[in-house]
Amino acid sequence: MPKSKELLSALDGAGYDFFAGVPCSLLKGVIRELDADPKWGYASATREDSAVGMAVGAWMAGRKPALFLQNSGLGTCMNALVSLDTIYEIPALLVSSWRGEGGKDAPEHLVMGEIMRDFYDMLGLPWRVLRPDHVAEDVAAITQTIAERSVPGALIVSKGILDASS
Amino acid sequence: MEAVTDELVVACNGMIGREVFTANDREANFYMIGSMGLASSIGLGAAMCRPDKRVLVIDGDGNVLMGAGALASVAAEAPKNLLHVVLDNEAHGSTGGQRTISNRVPLEAMARGAGYRSAERVDAAELADRLPAFLKGDGPAMLLVKVEPGNMQGIARVSHTPPEIARRFARALQA
Repeated sequence: MPKSKELLSALDGAGYDFFAGVPCSLLKGVIRELDADPKWGYASATREDSAVGMAVGAWMAGRKPALFLQNSGLGTCMNALVSLDTIYEIPALLVSSWRGEGGKDAPEHLVMGEIMRDFYDMLGLPWRVLRPDHVAEDVAAITQTIAERSVPGALIVSKGILDASS
Repeated sequence: MEAVTDELVVACNGMIGREVFTANDREANFYMIGSMGLASSIGLGAAMCRPDKRVLVIDGDGNVLMGAGALASVAAEAPKNLLHVVLDNEAHGSTGGQRTISNRVPLEAMARGAGYRSAERVDAAELADRLPAFLKGDGPAMLLVKVEPGNMQGIARVSHTPPEIARRFARALQA
């Protein structure tokens, strides 16, 4: 099974049923799948913090939200993650790309690529790097963590893990 | 708030949320105490997921300007059950009354341009007459109310904790 479909299948299996975000090229296959099939639905947000806001509304409506973003968008939505999700104790899965990993990428990705994990730690938010051979296990693990703690948490996707085109 | 009946209300941060709390606290009110700019996004998520419920966002001009991209998202998703009241005093009322730029930028025109089904500007004196029909109409619709700067007297802080606010609103939304 292509990795994008495998990730979607794992998200489905973990109960996610509301999807929104701002795209990243590393996630384009999975976002294309989501957006192409009305059974999933995908809200294309203008900013990552707006997607976090939509996810809060969806969660209060009884849904289980998963958001897609480039790691640069973590900066854009930091206040929403802290002053909305964290203080109201509302979970959301952030499927975040990892541009700038290992210092090899375009210049605009290098700083965030370097500090991203420390940034999540500083915010007190859990994260997990997706392993290509353990997709369902990693989705289930981060899902359990964010449900137990009632906070948002990130599933981090390195370059080349997901099929970029499908 | 007298005109509000079974609507789910999402109130923006600052004095507006505190005024809504003071005027008529109810389970079906979500008070956004931080995350300025996101009230309409929260209302949009709720409205998209519960098309059988009517969601009313009570917003301010500073919030609309900060989260201006959400006007486009609301218009694009076009939930019929989302209503957006904007209390526009052309000022950041909670931080000392500094000016916004809504005296030069008509927010209802931005909403109309984005594709809201309707977006109208009224004076505070017209509000009581216009609100009942607005609340019965189809969304996404904006009613922008030009108001004077200054806040209600004897205004309280929201006494519920944020997790309580979220969970009681969730109960009302899922009822």
